[in-house]
This record gives sequence, structure tokens and C-alpha cells, in this order.
Amino acid sequence: MPHQEILTVGLKHFLVLSSILFAVGSFVVVSRRNAVGILIGVELILNSANINLIAFSHYVTGLVGGQVFALFVIVIAAAEAAIALAIVLSIYQNFGTIDSTQADTMRG
Amino acid sequence: MKQTIIQIFEVVKLSDLVFFAFATLSVIGALGCALSRNIVYSAFSLLATLFGVAALFAWLSADYLAITQLIVYVGGVLVLFLFAVMLTNKITDSEDSNPLVNVTGALPVGLGMGALLVTVAVQTPWEVLAKTTATETTSLVGNALLTEYLLPFEVASILILGALVGAVMMARKEVK
Repeated sequence: MPHQEILTVGLKHFLVLSSILFAVGSFVVVSRRNAVGILIGVELILNSANINLIAFSHYVTGLVGGQVFALFVIVIAAAEAAIALAIVLSIYQNFGTIDSTQADTMRG
Repeated sequence: MKQTIIQIFEVVKLSDLVFFAFATLSVIGALGCALSRNIVYSAFSLLATLFGVAALFAWLSADYLAITQLIVYVGGVLVLFLFAVMLTNKITDSEDSNPLVNVTGALPVGLGMGALLVTVAVQTPWEVLAKTTATETTSLVGNALLTEYLLPFEVASILILGALVGAVMMARKEVK
């Protein structure tokens, strides 16, 4: 890519940024045992998806459909965080730890 | 000094500099999440990422989304995370509360995924609009939510109600 094209922000910059956030998020999800740490990775992945939705709606369609979908993603993410942290607290009460490898009572 | 600053602005527009600043903030926050061994630091790094992403939403003229991101994520989800951390870890263990495990497996996953996505994003000839305008979109989003997307909007409100009641049910202690 020529020099000038890299410095002029366009759709590709946002796609590259969201790719980086997605990659880091998937790294966090795989490399952690702390259940809250895994959830932090999931939040990073959801945010990168939101950047993609809004960048496409700004640069490709010019309409607000992508923003509405991003809004629903935020709603789902909030509900997910509430449920997941309730499960984490419940696991902590039952197992005394939130290490995701320790809660293996149902393992065959 | 003044000369160099003028030269910089001839190459990069100010709005583009703002983008690069907040993009860097987001990436640094994400890396902080990924590399910190302390879960409290990870949560606060997530704050930097969420803030940077909110600023980028405003950059993309999604002003309503930017404010929602700040209120819901920074004000709600992040506080919830910190509560979960405080309720489940002893303060003395927090130094090594979020250790990196399985890095040899996780690094190829992250790098491979990132390389694939960046390649696709850069190589694809996206059909972009010839001219994009920076306008406020709050009223447009509101109109879309209450006309075209009314059913998903109502379903989302029921989902949130169910999620909150379920979360309270799961997190409370058993009362005999």
C-alpha cells in the first residue's frame, strides 16, 4: 500500500483494528483459567464485532441498520455478563474457586 | 519544531490523527488484558479498550452508540466485573489471580486468527461509498428502533428482564 493510503483512514483501518481486537480476545479466551478472565476476552470479541458493524454501516451502506444491530449486540452482551457473573459467583460458592478447570463434577 | 508540525498535518489530517490515537489506546488496553497476570489490572485495561472503542463509535458518527457504550459497558458491565473479582478473590491472591496458561496453544490461535482476518480485510476490494458524511444519527436510530426493528426491540427488553431475574436467582444464597 502506498504511504498516503495508509495514513488516510478508511474502512480497512477499522477492519484491521477489529481484527486485532478479535485476535487478542481469542488469545485471552484460550489462555486463561480464571472464569472472569475468559469473560473479559469474550467482551473484547463482542466489541470487535461491533466496530465491524458500525464501520460497514458508515462506509458501505450509509444507513443506520448496522448501528441498530450493534445496539442489540450491546444488549446481549450486558445480559450475558449478568448471567455469566451470576454463574461465576454460584461456582465460587460451590467449589471455593473460579478456576474453570476445577468445576468438573460432571466430567465423565 | 513548528515546521515539522505543519509538515505532519500536510500528510495526516487531524481527524485521522484522532483515529490513530484512540485505535492505539484500544489496542494497548487489549494487550494489557491479554498480558496482565492480575485480574484487577486486566479489568482496568478493558476499561481503556472500551473507552477507545466508544470514541471510535463517535468518530464513525454513531453518537448514540458511543454514549450507550460508555453507560452500559463502562458504567455497568465493567463495574459488574469488578464486583465479581472482589467477591471471588482474596485481595492477597490478586497478584497472580489470572495466570497465563497454555500459551503455546493460545498464541497460534490468536496470531493465526489475526493474520487471516487482517489479510481478508486488506485484500478484499470493498465497495465503499464515494462520499461519507459526518452527521448525528441518534434520531435515525430511534426511528429505526420504533418502526422497522420494533419486534426485536421488544424481544430484547423481555430478554433483559429474564436475564436479570435469572441472574438474581442464580447468585443468591440458598434459603431453606
